[in-house]
Amino acid sequence: MVTPSLVLFYAAAALTLGGGLGVVMTRNIVYAAFALLVAMMGVAGVFLLMFAEFLALVQVLIYGGAIVIVILFALMLTRVQDFEHLSDNRQWPIAAVVAAAIFGLLAASTVGTSVRTTTDAAGATVRTPVAFDALGESLFTQWAVPFEVASLVLLVALIGAVVLVRTSGGRD
Amino acid sequence: MTVVQGIYYALGALALFVFLSFMVLVLTWVERKALARIQMRMGPMRVGFHGTLQPLADAMKLVLKEDILPSWADRRVYWLAPLAVFIPSLLLWAVIPVGRDLVLANLELGLFYIVAISVLTVMGLLMAGWGSANKYAMLGGLRAAGQLVSYEIPFIMAILAVAMLVQSLNLETIVDGQRNFAYILVQPLGLFIFLTAGLAELGRTPFDIHHAESELVGGPFIEYSGAHWAVFFLAEYINTFTIGALTVLLFLGGWRWPAMPFDGFAHSTLSVIWFLAKTYAVILFIFWIRGTYPRLRIDQLMAFGWKLLVPLSFVNIVITGIVLFYGWPLWTLTLISLVLLGATFYAISRHQGTRLERMTVTVHSFRGTRSEPPVVQPQPEAALED
Repeated sequence: MVTPSLVLFYAAAALTLGGGLGVVMTRNIVYAAFALLVAMMGVAGVFLLMFAEFLALVQVLIYGGAIVIVILFALMLTRVQDFEHLSDNRQWPIAAVVAAAIFGLLAASTVGTSVRTTTDAAGATVRTPVAFDALGESLFTQWAVPFEVASLVLLVALIGAVVLVRTSGGRD
Repeated sequence: MTVVQGIYYALGALALFVFLSFMVLVLTWVERKALARIQMRMGPMRVGFHGTLQPLADAMKLVLKEDILPSWADRRVYWLAPLAVFIPSLLLWAVIPVGRDLVLANLELGLFYIVAISVLTVMGLLMAGWGSANKYAMLGGLRAAGQLVSYEIPFIMAILAVAMLVQSLNLETIVDGQRNFAYILVQPLGLFIFLTAGLAELGRTPFDIHHAESELVGGPFIEYSGAHWAVFFLAEYINTFTIGALTVLLFLGGWRWPAMPFDGFAHSTLSVIWFLAKTYAVILFIFWIRGTYPRLRIDQLMAFGWKLLVPLSFVNIVITGIVLFYGWPLWTLTLISLVLLGATFYAISRHQGTRLERMTVTVHSFRGTRSEPPVVQPQPEAALED
């Protein structure tokens, strides 16, 4: 049965796949970054269809906003002509294997995870939305340690970046 | 969703678009008049009574103007950029209420939606800057991105402190929470952070370095003309209106505070008018700042954002958290907030780069035949040292 949400799901999935293909197929690396944004928006759309509004908005804010912008920022400081054939990397078979492995892992864990749904009186499946305050509470109580570890990793990356770009010697 | 619902939403979106376009026309006129009064000019006077029809004439001129595509521009990116700026600014208004139930979608996560969507504007500015194949545009786009990403943090934090007070991200709930007192009375520091970061998000003076006329000529939009430039312009004014509306909703009590007389239809009409009046007051304040302050340099802008606003916004969150956690009365928050605000202004006034100094100017007049030039008494005057 074709329901509106099914149509919307296929639209979001097409957006995600098209964007993803665009990232790897295009020769122009700035186009690749824009295509990444399209793919991220598609993923946000899929989240939205699964009634995970909070996750969808996080997707838009973090990936669509911050990360793609930072990637573009870095790219635009370089000259695009210098990277004409950046996508033609000789290591692509290894990358393909790694990507396939990650896809397998994600697919397996997605299939293995049960989705919380309930059925209403008429027998139809209805949403059981996770309230965002419940999400926050579990993140900061039950999962506080992994959360802090993640922020620590980010902090290390941040300091590492500062150390890397700092010019050695007293030129500045 | 049924077809009727779809039509209902489409009509609502259309009404919103018309409303916002009208507001932009009014705003351009108000801005030109306000700036003119500040500079002791008359402003537009030719078209209509006191230039009231000037925005229409301008709009017509822009639409009829030739649309230029630079020969080195990246065609697709160049044409998509105005839309990438305009659509997020329009999408924001889907969740902003102008009165009780006068909103397209009353989202539970309204505030978070606003934060998430507003970031997308940067993408359009970067696209415009890169796609134009112009050094000025490119630099403008990069500056805009750097500025917006930096000031996004205090902006979100200031919003978060308000959300902590109400324990909700729903804009109507936030307005309802202010039925007895507006949050400006509890969070003056939050309002300061929000408005400052909001000005930076808008790219308005004193934070308009991404289209600083004296160095970048026109910033990311330099190559655009005609209708495509008009779309950027429209988005910019819609965003200004958005910041004004958000300030009113979050800090000035929305349509609820102070309480309105009457019931029923008269009440809702009055509340919309009250909301719009407050919004225009905030926007006039923004125009006033534009007419008064010089532009910050890019290093000053970054230093101000990262060294002052970001730490301050975190302090704001912490004090709000402490007061709420220990259940202290809210006036203690007001007190702490005011003390911190005072300390901030004191620190700015003592800081090397921004210190206020008295300057005395002696003017000699050599006109006339008197042997001794009359000396004009030195006028104490505060000047902003660069």
